[in-house]
Amino acid sequence: MRRASKWGILLSIAAVLFLVSGMLPAEAAKVQKSIILATTTSTQDSGLLDVLIPIFEKKTGYFVKTIAVGSGQAMAMGRKGEADVLLVHSPDAEKKFIAEGHGIKRRLVMHNDFIIVGPPSDPAGIRGLKSAAVAFRKITVSGAVFTSRGDYSGTHTKEISIWKKAGVSCEGQKWYQQTGLGMGQTLSVAAEKKTYTLTDRGTYLALKKNLGLDILVEGDAILLNIYHVIQVNPAKWPKVNAAGARAFADFMVSRSVQKIIKTFGVAKFGSPLFFPDAGKKEDTLGR
Amino acid sequence: MDILIDGIREAIRLLFTLDSEVMGITWLSFKISGTATLISLVIGIGIGTAVALTSFPGRRFVVSLINTGMALPPVVVGLFVTILLWRNGPLGFLEILYTPTAIIIAQAIIATPIVTGISLAAMQQLPKKLRLQILALGATRLQMVWILIREAKLPLLAAVMAGFGGVISEVGASIMVGGNIKGYSRVLTTATVMETSRGNFDIAIALGIILLVFAYLINLILTQIQQRERPR
Repeated sequence: MRRASKWGILLSIAAVLFLVSGMLPAEAAKVQKSIILATTTSTQDSGLLDVLIPIFEKKTGYFVKTIAVGSGQAMAMGRKGEADVLLVHSPDAEKKFIAEGHGIKRRLVMHNDFIIVGPPSDPAGIRGLKSAAVAFRKITVSGAVFTSRGDYSGTHTKEISIWKKAGVSCEGQKWYQQTGLGMGQTLSVAAEKKTYTLTDRGTYLALKKNLGLDILVEGDAILLNIYHVIQVNPAKWPKVNAAGARAFADFMVSRSVQKIIKTFGVAKFGSPLFFPDAGKKEDTLGR
Repeated sequence: MDILIDGIREAIRLLFTLDSEVMGITWLSFKISGTATLISLVIGIGIGTAVALTSFPGRRFVVSLINTGMALPPVVVGLFVTILLWRNGPLGFLEILYTPTAIIIAQAIIATPIVTGISLAAMQQLPKKLRLQILALGATRLQMVWILIREAKLPLLAAVMAGFGGVISEVGASIMVGGNIKGYSRVLTTATVMETSRGNFDIAIALGIILLVFAYLINLILTQIQQRERPR
Protein backbone atom coordinates (compact mmCIF):
# COMPACT_ATOMS: atom_id res chain seq x y z
CA MET A 1 0.00 0.00 0.00
CA ARG A 2 2.92 2.39 0.53
CA ARG A 3 3.61 2.73 -3.21
CA ALA A 4 -0.02 3.20 -3.88
CA SER A 5 -0.31 6.10 -1.49
CA LYS A 6 2.75 7.77 -3.01
CA TRP A 7 0.96 7.63 -6.36
CA GLY A 8 -2.18 8.95 -4.76
CA ILE A 9 -0.38 11.89 -3.19
CA LEU A 10 1.38 12.74 -6.44
CA LEU A 11 -1.88 12.62 -8.34
CA SER A 12 -3.74 14.73 -5.84
CA ILE A 13 -0.97 17.34 -5.79
CA ALA A 14 -1.18 17.49 -9.57
CA ALA A 15 -4.96 17.73 -9.37
CA VAL A 16 -4.88 20.60 -6.89
CA LEU A 17 -2.28 22.45 -8.97
CA PHE A 18 -4.41 22.04 -12.06
CA LEU A 19 -7.61 23.14 -10.44
CA VAL A 20 -6.01 26.18 -8.84
CA SER A 21 -4.34 27.27 -12.04
CA GLY A 22 -7.34 26.29 -14.14
CA MET A 23 -9.66 28.60 -12.27
CA LEU A 24 -7.45 31.57 -13.15
CA PRO A 25 -7.57 34.14 -10.34
CA ALA A 26 -8.05 36.92 -12.89
CA GLU A 27 -11.26 35.36 -14.14
CA ALA A 28 -13.42 36.48 -11.23
CA ALA A 29 -12.40 40.09 -11.75
CA LYS A 30 -12.93 39.85 -15.50
CA VAL A 31 -16.50 38.60 -15.19
CA GLN A 32 -17.53 41.75 -13.32
CA LYS A 33 -16.56 44.16 -16.04
CA SER A 34 -16.77 42.10 -19.18
CA ILE A 35 -18.87 42.79 -22.25
CA ILE A 36 -19.83 40.36 -24.98
CA LEU A 37 -19.32 41.71 -28.49
CA ALA A 38 -21.04 39.60 -31.13
CA THR A 39 -19.67 40.46 -34.52
CA THR A 40 -19.13 39.28 -38.06
CA THR A 41 -16.08 37.21 -38.95
CA SER A 42 -14.74 39.86 -41.33
CA THR A 43 -13.95 42.32 -38.53
CA GLN A 44 -11.93 39.66 -36.73
CA ASP A 45 -10.38 37.94 -39.73
CA SER A 46 -9.18 41.27 -41.13
CA GLY A 47 -7.36 41.93 -37.85
CA LEU A 48 -9.16 45.24 -37.21
CA LEU A 49 -10.50 44.16 -33.81
CA ASP A 50 -7.06 42.97 -32.74
CA VAL A 51 -5.99 46.61 -33.09
CA LEU A 52 -9.07 48.28 -31.58
CA ILE A 53 -10.01 46.02 -28.66
CA PRO A 54 -6.75 46.42 -26.68
CA ILE A 55 -7.09 50.22 -26.97
CA PHE A 56 -10.67 50.06 -25.69
CA GLU A 57 -9.79 47.72 -22.84
CA LYS A 58 -6.91 49.92 -21.74
CA LYS A 59 -9.02 53.06 -21.90
CA THR A 60 -12.13 51.82 -20.11
CA GLY A 61 -11.06 48.82 -18.05
CA TYR A 62 -13.73 46.62 -19.63
CA PHE A 63 -12.79 43.13 -20.79
CA VAL A 64 -14.22 42.44 -24.22
CA LYS A 65 -15.30 38.91 -25.14
CA THR A 66 -15.36 38.99 -28.92
CA ILE A 67 -17.54 36.26 -30.40
CA ALA A 68 -16.91 36.25 -34.14
CA VAL A 69 -19.84 34.67 -35.98
CA GLY A 70 -21.91 35.69 -38.99
CA SER A 71 -24.14 38.75 -38.70
CA GLY A 72 -27.19 36.49 -38.64
CA GLN A 73 -25.94 34.56 -35.63
CA ALA A 74 -24.73 37.74 -33.94
CA MET A 75 -28.24 39.19 -34.12
CA ALA A 76 -29.71 35.89 -32.93
CA MET A 77 -27.49 36.23 -29.86
CA GLY A 78 -28.69 39.79 -29.38
CA ARG A 79 -32.30 38.68 -29.72
CA LYS A 80 -31.78 36.29 -26.79
CA GLY A 81 -29.92 38.84 -24.69
CA GLU A 82 -26.75 36.75 -24.94
CA ALA A 83 -24.64 39.63 -26.24
CA ASP A 84 -24.26 43.22 -25.07
CA VAL A 85 -23.26 44.98 -28.25
CA LEU A 86 -23.22 44.02 -31.94
CA LEU A 87 -20.95 45.09 -34.80
CA VAL A 88 -22.72 43.79 -37.89
CA HIS A 89 -23.20 44.38 -41.62
CA SER A 90 -26.70 43.31 -42.61
CA PRO A 91 -28.70 46.59 -42.83
CA ASP A 92 -32.14 45.20 -43.65
CA ALA A 93 -31.99 42.58 -40.91
CA GLU A 94 -30.62 45.23 -38.54
CA LYS A 95 -33.58 47.54 -39.20
CA LYS A 96 -35.93 44.68 -38.40
CA PHE A 97 -33.91 43.93 -35.25
CA ILE A 98 -34.34 47.54 -34.08
CA ALA A 99 -38.00 47.69 -35.09
CA GLU A 100 -38.74 44.62 -33.02
CA GLY A 101 -37.20 46.33 -30.00
CA HIS A 102 -34.19 44.03 -29.58
CA GLY A 103 -31.63 46.78 -30.01
CA ILE A 104 -31.15 50.48 -29.46
CA LYS A 105 -28.99 53.25 -30.92
CA ARG A 106 -27.96 51.74 -34.25
CA ARG A 107 -25.03 53.83 -35.39
CA LEU A 108 -23.06 53.84 -38.63
CA VAL A 109 -19.39 52.90 -38.12
CA MET A 110 -17.76 52.25 -41.47
CA HIS A 111 -18.16 50.67 -44.88
CA ASN A 112 -16.26 48.82 -47.53
CA ASP A 113 -17.64 46.89 -50.45
CA PHE A 114 -18.52 43.48 -51.74
CA ILE A 115 -17.02 42.15 -54.94
CA ILE A 116 -17.89 39.28 -57.25
CA VAL A 117 -14.86 37.06 -57.73
CA GLY A 118 -14.31 34.07 -59.96
CA PRO A 119 -11.74 32.12 -61.96
CA PRO A 120 -9.51 34.26 -64.22
CA SER A 121 -10.85 32.39 -67.29
CA ASP A 122 -14.30 33.84 -66.44
CA PRO A 123 -16.50 31.28 -68.28
CA ALA A 124 -19.64 33.39 -67.76
CA GLY A 125 -18.02 36.49 -69.22
CA ILE A 126 -18.94 38.90 -66.44
CA ARG A 127 -15.63 40.72 -66.12
CA GLY A 128 -16.07 44.47 -65.93
CA LEU A 129 -19.89 44.46 -65.82
CA LYS A 130 -21.31 47.48 -64.00
CA SER A 131 -24.36 45.71 -62.54
CA ALA A 132 -24.09 42.91 -59.99
CA ALA A 133 -27.60 41.68 -60.83
CA VAL A 134 -26.78 41.37 -64.54
CA ALA A 135 -23.59 39.50 -63.65
CA PHE A 136 -25.52 37.08 -61.45
CA ARG A 137 -28.01 36.41 -64.25
CA LYS A 138 -25.18 35.77 -66.70
CA ILE A 139 -23.58 33.27 -64.31
CA THR A 140 -26.81 31.27 -64.12
CA VAL A 141 -27.33 31.04 -67.86
CA SER A 142 -23.68 30.18 -68.59
CA GLY A 143 -23.84 26.92 -66.65
CA ALA A 144 -21.08 28.02 -64.28
CA VAL A 145 -21.35 27.21 -60.57
CA PHE A 146 -21.94 29.82 -57.86
CA THR A 147 -20.65 29.12 -54.34
CA SER A 148 -22.73 30.69 -51.57
CA ARG A 149 -22.05 31.14 -47.85
CA GLY A 150 -25.57 29.90 -47.11
CA ASP A 151 -25.31 30.91 -43.44
CA TYR A 152 -27.50 34.07 -43.15
CA SER A 153 -24.39 36.14 -42.62
CA GLY A 154 -24.24 39.72 -43.84
CA THR A 155 -22.60 38.55 -47.04
CA HIS A 156 -25.22 35.87 -47.64
CA THR A 157 -28.05 38.33 -46.98
CA LYS A 158 -26.50 40.71 -49.50
CA GLU A 159 -26.23 37.88 -52.01
CA ILE A 160 -29.91 37.01 -51.56
CA SER A 161 -30.89 40.62 -52.23
CA ILE A 162 -28.86 40.59 -55.47
CA TRP A 163 -30.54 37.35 -56.58
CA LYS A 164 -33.87 39.01 -55.84
CA LYS A 165 -32.94 42.00 -57.97
CA ALA A 166 -31.76 39.67 -60.75
CA GLY A 167 -35.09 37.86 -60.56
CA VAL A 168 -33.47 34.45 -60.27
CA SER A 169 -34.50 31.76 -57.80
CA CYS A 170 -31.42 29.77 -56.82
CA GLU A 171 -32.68 27.57 -54.01
CA GLY A 172 -32.11 23.89 -54.86
CA GLN A 173 -30.52 24.59 -58.25
CA LYS A 174 -27.67 22.41 -59.39
CA TRP A 175 -25.39 25.36 -60.14
CA TYR A 176 -25.93 26.81 -56.66
CA GLN A 177 -23.72 25.35 -53.93
CA GLN A 178 -23.94 26.39 -50.29
CA THR A 179 -20.96 25.89 -47.98
CA GLY A 180 -22.40 27.00 -44.65
CA LEU A 181 -18.87 28.16 -43.80
CA GLY A 182 -17.17 31.47 -43.07
CA MET A 183 -15.96 33.82 -45.80
CA GLY A 184 -12.35 32.62 -45.80
CA GLN A 185 -13.28 28.96 -46.13
CA THR A 186 -15.94 29.72 -48.74
CA LEU A 187 -13.35 31.58 -50.82
CA SER A 188 -11.05 28.55 -50.57
CA VAL A 189 -13.85 26.29 -51.77
CA ALA A 190 -14.62 28.62 -54.69
CA ALA A 191 -10.92 28.74 -55.58
CA GLU A 192 -10.56 24.96 -55.56
CA LYS A 193 -13.70 24.37 -57.58
CA LYS A 194 -13.11 27.38 -59.87
CA THR A 195 -16.54 28.85 -59.17
CA TYR A 196 -17.95 32.34 -58.68
CA THR A 197 -18.72 33.81 -55.27
CA LEU A 198 -19.61 37.05 -53.53
CA THR A 199 -17.12 38.27 -50.91
CA ASP A 200 -16.25 41.31 -48.86
CA ARG A 201 -13.15 43.00 -50.19
CA GLY A 202 -11.23 42.80 -46.90
CA THR A 203 -11.33 39.01 -46.61
CA TYR A 204 -10.51 38.64 -50.31
CA LEU A 205 -7.46 40.91 -50.01
CA ALA A 206 -6.25 39.03 -46.94
CA LEU A 207 -6.46 35.66 -48.73
CA LYS A 208 -5.70 36.74 -52.28
CA LYS A 209 -2.20 35.31 -52.54
CA ASN A 210 -3.35 31.71 -52.10
CA LEU A 211 -6.58 31.88 -54.07
CA GLY A 212 -6.10 32.50 -57.77
CA LEU A 213 -9.51 34.19 -58.03
CA ASP A 214 -9.91 37.53 -59.81
CA ILE A 215 -12.13 40.49 -58.99
CA LEU A 216 -14.65 40.49 -61.83
CA VAL A 217 -17.39 42.90 -60.79
CA GLU A 218 -17.07 45.85 -58.41
CA GLY A 219 -18.42 49.33 -57.83
CA ASP A 220 -22.19 48.73 -58.16
CA ALA A 221 -24.11 50.66 -55.47
CA ILE A 222 -25.83 47.45 -54.33
CA LEU A 223 -22.40 46.05 -53.45
CA LEU A 224 -21.91 48.51 -50.60
CA ASN A 225 -21.01 46.75 -47.31
CA ILE A 226 -22.07 48.85 -44.35
CA TYR A 227 -21.18 48.17 -40.72
CA HIS A 228 -23.28 49.40 -37.82
CA VAL A 229 -22.85 49.14 -34.08
CA ILE A 230 -26.00 48.27 -32.10
CA GLN A 231 -26.51 48.13 -28.34
CA VAL A 232 -28.72 45.27 -27.19
CA ASN A 233 -31.83 46.66 -25.52
CA PRO A 234 -31.25 46.52 -21.73
CA ALA A 235 -34.93 47.14 -21.06
CA LYS A 236 -35.66 43.77 -22.63
CA TRP A 237 -32.77 41.88 -21.07
CA PRO A 238 -31.83 43.10 -17.58
CA LYS A 239 -28.63 41.03 -17.58
CA VAL A 240 -27.19 42.98 -20.48
CA ASN A 241 -24.20 45.15 -19.55
CA ALA A 242 -25.74 48.39 -20.79
CA ALA A 243 -22.97 50.71 -19.60
CA GLY A 244 -20.29 48.57 -21.19
CA ALA A 245 -22.22 48.30 -24.45
CA ARG A 246 -22.67 52.05 -24.62
CA ALA A 247 -19.00 52.62 -23.87
CA PHE A 248 -18.01 50.29 -26.71
CA ALA A 249 -20.46 51.81 -29.20
CA ASP A 250 -19.30 55.33 -28.31
CA PHE A 251 -15.72 54.16 -28.71
CA MET A 252 -16.36 52.76 -32.21
CA VAL A 253 -17.74 56.06 -33.50
CA SER A 254 -15.21 58.23 -31.63
CA ARG A 255 -12.88 60.40 -33.68
CA SER A 256 -9.69 58.61 -32.65
CA VAL A 257 -11.04 55.17 -33.64
CA GLN A 258 -12.41 56.47 -36.93
CA LYS A 259 -8.91 57.73 -37.66
CA ILE A 260 -7.43 54.28 -36.99
CA ILE A 261 -10.04 52.65 -39.26
CA LYS A 262 -9.12 55.07 -42.03
CA THR A 263 -5.51 53.89 -42.20
CA PHE A 264 -5.97 50.25 -41.13
CA GLY A 265 -4.61 47.81 -43.71
CA VAL A 266 -2.81 50.43 -45.82
CA ALA A 267 0.62 49.20 -44.77
CA LYS A 268 -0.20 45.56 -45.52
CA PHE A 269 -2.49 45.72 -48.56
CA GLY A 270 -1.64 49.08 -50.10
CA SER A 271 -5.20 50.30 -49.62
CA PRO A 272 -7.49 50.69 -46.61
CA LEU A 273 -9.86 47.79 -45.79
CA PHE A 274 -12.60 49.99 -44.32
CA PHE A 275 -13.77 53.59 -44.75
CA PRO A 276 -14.87 55.42 -41.56
CA ASP A 277 -18.42 56.81 -41.71
CA ALA A 278 -19.40 57.81 -38.17
CA GLY A 279 -21.99 60.57 -38.17
CA LYS A 280 -22.83 60.22 -41.86
CA LYS A 281 -26.22 59.27 -43.26
CA GLU A 282 -26.46 55.72 -44.59
CA ASP A 283 -28.08 56.69 -47.90
CA THR A 284 -25.31 59.16 -48.76
CA LEU A 285 -22.69 56.42 -48.92
CA GLY A 286 -21.26 55.31 -52.23
CA ARG A 287 -22.28 58.46 -54.08
CA MET B 1 4.10 22.47 -51.12
CA ASP B 2 5.62 25.89 -50.40
CA ILE B 3 2.93 26.50 -47.82
CA LEU B 4 3.83 23.30 -45.95
CA ILE B 5 7.50 24.23 -45.85
CA ASP B 6 6.64 27.76 -44.73
CA GLY B 7 4.46 26.25 -42.04
CA ILE B 8 7.21 23.99 -40.74
CA ARG B 9 9.67 26.86 -40.79
CA GLU B 10 7.19 29.05 -38.93
CA ALA B 11 6.61 26.31 -36.34
CA ILE B 12 10.33 26.04 -35.68
CA ARG B 13 10.63 29.81 -35.41
CA LEU B 14 7.67 30.09 -33.00
CA LEU B 15 8.99 27.25 -30.85
CA PHE B 16 12.58 28.43 -30.64
CA THR B 17 11.88 32.10 -30.14
CA LEU B 18 9.38 31.09 -27.42
CA ASP B 19 6.77 33.40 -28.97
CA SER B 20 4.85 34.63 -25.93
CA GLU B 21 1.39 34.44 -27.49
CA VAL B 22 1.91 30.90 -28.78
CA MET B 23 3.43 29.80 -25.47
CA GLY B 24 0.43 31.28 -23.66
CA ILE B 25 -2.00 29.45 -25.95
CA THR B 26 -0.11 26.17 -25.54
CA TRP B 27 0.02 26.45 -21.76
CA LEU B 28 -3.70 27.31 -21.61
CA SER B 29 -4.55 24.30 -23.82
CA PHE B 30 -2.54 22.09 -21.48
CA LYS B 31 -4.17 23.49 -18.34
CA ILE B 32 -7.70 23.24 -19.72
CA SER B 33 -7.40 19.77 -21.24
CA GLY B 34 -5.36 18.50 -18.29
CA THR B 35 -7.95 19.68 -15.77
CA ALA B 36 -10.77 18.26 -17.88
CA THR B 37 -8.96 14.91 -18.11
CA LEU B 38 -8.39 14.82 -14.34
CA ILE B 39 -12.06 15.47 -13.67
CA SER B 40 -13.03 12.78 -16.18
CA LEU B 41 -10.61 10.34 -14.50
CA VAL B 42 -12.23 10.76 -11.10
CA ILE B 43 -15.72 10.32 -12.51
CA GLY B 44 -14.85 7.83 -15.26
CA ILE B 45 -12.76 5.41 -13.22
CA GLY B 46 -15.35 5.64 -10.44
CA ILE B 47 -18.30 4.78 -12.66
CA GLY B 48 -16.32 2.30 -14.78
CA THR B 49 -15.19 0.38 -11.69
CA ALA B 50 -18.62 0.45 -10.10
CA VAL B 51 -20.32 -0.89 -13.23
CA ALA B 52 -17.59 -3.48 -13.80
CA LEU B 53 -17.74 -4.90 -10.27
CA THR B 54 -21.48 -4.97 -9.72
CA SER B 55 -24.42 -6.53 -11.42
CA PHE B 56 -27.86 -4.96 -11.56
CA PRO B 57 -30.87 -5.08 -13.85
CA GLY B 58 -30.34 -3.02 -16.99
CA ARG B 59 -26.56 -3.30 -16.72
CA ARG B 60 -26.13 -4.10 -20.40
CA PHE B 61 -28.18 -1.07 -21.29
CA VAL B 62 -25.95 1.15 -19.12
CA VAL B 63 -22.81 -0.34 -20.69
CA SER B 64 -24.15 0.30 -24.18
CA LEU B 65 -24.93 3.89 -23.17
CA ILE B 66 -21.36 4.38 -21.93
CA ASN B 67 -19.94 2.92 -25.12
CA THR B 68 -22.13 5.20 -27.23
CA GLY B 69 -20.93 8.11 -25.10
CA MET B 70 -17.40 7.35 -26.25
CA ALA B 71 -18.49 8.61 -29.67
CA LEU B 72 -20.14 11.75 -28.28
CA PRO B 73 -19.62 14.47 -30.93
CA PRO B 74 -17.86 17.50 -29.37
CA VAL B 75 -20.03 20.02 -31.25
CA VAL B 76 -23.16 18.47 -29.79
CA VAL B 77 -21.66 18.71 -26.30
CA GLY B 78 -20.67 22.31 -27.10
CA LEU B 79 -24.21 23.15 -28.20
CA PHE B 80 -25.83 21.75 -25.06
CA VAL B 81 -23.28 23.31 -22.70
CA THR B 82 -23.74 26.68 -24.46
CA ILE B 83 -27.51 26.53 -24.08
CA LEU B 84 -27.22 25.56 -20.41
CA LEU B 85 -24.70 28.32 -19.67
CA TRP B 86 -26.43 31.17 -21.54
CA ARG B 87 -26.94 34.00 -19.09
CA ASN B 88 -30.66 33.66 -19.53
CA GLY B 89 -30.36 29.87 -19.47
CA PRO B 90 -30.78 27.46 -16.54
CA LEU B 91 -27.15 27.82 -15.33
CA GLY B 92 -26.75 31.44 -16.42
CA PHE B 93 -26.24 32.66 -12.85
CA LEU B 94 -22.79 31.02 -12.88
CA GLU B 95 -21.69 33.56 -15.54
CA ILE B 96 -19.07 31.24 -17.00
CA LEU B 97 -19.98 31.07 -20.70
CA TYR B 98 -17.00 32.17 -22.84
CA THR B 99 -14.49 31.43 -20.08
CA PRO B 100 -11.78 28.74 -19.75
CA THR B 101 -13.94 27.14 -17.05
CA ALA B 102 -16.71 26.56 -19.61
CA ILE B 103 -14.23 24.78 -21.89
CA ILE B 104 -13.10 22.59 -18.97
CA ILE B 105 -16.71 21.58 -18.32
CA ALA B 106 -17.39 20.74 -21.98
CA GLN B 107 -14.14 18.79 -22.35
CA ALA B 108 -14.75 16.89 -19.11
CA ILE B 109 -18.13 15.83 -20.50
CA ILE B 110 -16.45 14.66 -23.71
CA ALA B 111 -13.65 12.76 -21.94
CA THR B 112 -15.69 11.12 -19.19
CA PRO B 113 -17.44 8.46 -21.33
CA ILE B 114 -14.10 7.62 -22.99
CA VAL B 115 -12.40 7.10 -19.64
CA THR B 116 -15.46 5.28 -18.27
CA GLY B 117 -15.66 2.90 -21.22
CA ILE B 118 -11.98 1.97 -21.17
CA SER B 119 -11.94 1.65 -17.36
CA LEU B 120 -14.97 -0.60 -17.51
CA ALA B 121 -13.32 -2.86 -20.07
CA ALA B 122 -10.06 -2.83 -18.10
CA MET B 123 -11.69 -3.80 -14.80
CA GLN B 124 -13.86 -6.43 -16.44
CA GLN B 125 -10.99 -8.33 -17.94
CA LEU B 126 -9.34 -8.90 -14.54
CA PRO B 127 -9.83 -12.54 -13.51
CA LYS B 128 -12.98 -12.99 -11.41
CA LYS B 129 -11.19 -15.19 -8.95
CA LEU B 130 -8.81 -12.37 -8.05
CA ARG B 131 -11.61 -10.62 -6.23
CA LEU B 132 -12.42 -13.65 -4.11
CA GLN B 133 -8.77 -14.19 -3.38
CA ILE B 134 -8.26 -10.62 -2.17
CA LEU B 135 -11.36 -10.76 0.00
CA ALA B 136 -10.29 -14.13 1.39
CA LEU B 137 -6.99 -12.59 2.48
CA GLY B 138 -8.97 -10.29 4.73
CA ALA B 139 -9.12 -7.08 2.69
CA THR B 140 -12.06 -4.73 3.12
CA ARG B 141 -14.18 -3.95 0.04
CA LEU B 142 -12.51 -0.57 -0.38
CA GLN B 143 -9.06 -2.15 -0.20
CA MET B 144 -10.15 -4.72 -2.76
CA VAL B 145 -11.28 -2.03 -5.21
CA TRP B 146 -8.00 -0.16 -4.74
CA ILE B 147 -5.95 -3.30 -5.41
CA LEU B 148 -8.01 -4.06 -8.51
CA ILE B 149 -7.48 -0.54 -9.85
CA ARG B 150 -3.74 -0.99 -9.32
CA GLU B 151 -3.90 -4.32 -11.15
CA ALA B 152 -5.57 -2.62 -14.10
CA LYS B 153 -3.07 0.25 -14.12
CA LEU B 154 -1.80 -0.36 -17.67
CA PRO B 155 -5.16 -0.15 -19.45
CA LEU B 156 -6.18 2.68 -17.12
CA LEU B 157 -3.20 4.71 -18.30
CA ALA B 158 -4.44 4.02 -21.81
CA ALA B 159 -7.74 5.57 -20.67
CA VAL B 160 -5.85 8.68 -19.55
CA MET B 161 -4.14 8.96 -22.93
CA ALA B 162 -7.36 8.42 -24.88
CA GLY B 163 -9.25 10.94 -22.75
CA PHE B 164 -6.53 13.59 -22.95
CA GLY B 165 -6.00 12.94 -26.66
CA GLY B 166 -9.72 13.31 -27.26
CA VAL B 167 -10.01 16.72 -25.63
CA ILE B 168 -6.70 18.37 -26.55
CA SER B 169 -7.52 17.79 -30.24
CA GLU B 170 -11.16 18.82 -29.96
CA VAL B 171 -12.28 22.11 -31.52
CA GLY B 172 -16.08 22.17 -31.90
CA ALA B 173 -16.97 22.51 -28.23
CA SER B 174 -14.03 24.74 -27.33
CA ILE B 175 -14.91 27.36 -29.92
CA MET B 176 -18.60 27.36 -28.98
CA VAL B 177 -18.31 27.60 -25.21
CA GLY B 178 -14.96 29.39 -25.04
CA GLY B 179 -15.48 31.87 -27.86
CA ASN B 180 -11.83 31.82 -28.98
CA ILE B 181 -11.12 35.06 -27.07
CA LYS B 182 -7.59 36.30 -27.56
CA GLY B 183 -5.32 35.83 -24.56
CA TYR B 184 -8.16 34.34 -22.53
CA SER B 185 -9.93 31.33 -23.99
CA ARG B 186 -8.00 30.79 -27.21
CA VAL B 187 -6.52 27.29 -27.35
CA LEU B 188 -4.35 25.57 -29.95
CA THR B 189 -7.21 24.10 -31.96
CA THR B 190 -9.41 27.21 -32.03
CA ALA B 191 -6.40 29.36 -32.93
CA THR B 192 -5.67 26.97 -35.82
CA VAL B 193 -9.23 27.33 -37.14
CA MET B 194 -9.05 31.12 -36.92
CA GLU B 195 -5.66 31.43 -38.60
CA THR B 196 -6.89 29.15 -41.40
CA SER B 197 -9.90 31.37 -42.06
CA ARG B 198 -7.60 34.40 -41.96
CA GLY B 199 -5.54 32.82 -44.72
CA ASN B 200 -2.46 32.59 -42.47
CA PHE B 201 -1.85 28.99 -43.48
CA ASP B 202 1.77 29.01 -42.34
CA ILE B 203 0.83 29.99 -38.78
CA ALA B 204 -2.08 27.51 -38.85
CA ILE B 205 0.26 24.69 -39.88
CA ALA B 206 2.77 25.82 -37.25
CA LEU B 207 0.09 25.69 -34.54
CA GLY B 208 -0.90 22.23 -35.76
CA ILE B 209 2.67 21.03 -35.52
CA ILE B 210 3.04 22.50 -32.03
CA LEU B 211 -0.15 20.68 -31.01
CA LEU B 212 1.24 17.39 -32.32
CA VAL B 213 4.64 17.83 -30.66
CA PHE B 214 2.94 18.72 -27.43
CA ALA B 215 0.54 15.73 -27.55
CA TYR B 216 3.52 13.52 -28.32
CA LEU B 217 5.47 14.75 -25.27
CA ILE B 218 2.53 14.14 -22.95
CA ASN B 219 1.99 10.67 -24.33
CA LEU B 220 5.71 9.94 -24.14
CA ILE B 221 5.65 10.65 -20.41
CA LEU B 222 2.53 8.55 -19.88
CA THR B 223 3.95 5.71 -21.97
CA GLN B 224 7.16 5.78 -19.95
CA ILE B 225 5.14 5.32 -16.77
CA GLN B 226 2.99 2.63 -18.36
CA GLN B 227 5.78 0.55 -19.86
CA ARG B 228 8.01 0.78 -16.78
CA GLU B 229 5.31 -1.02 -14.87
CA ARG B 230 4.93 -3.72 -17.50
CA PRO B 231 4.58 -7.17 -15.95
CA ARG B 232 7.43 -9.46 -16.95
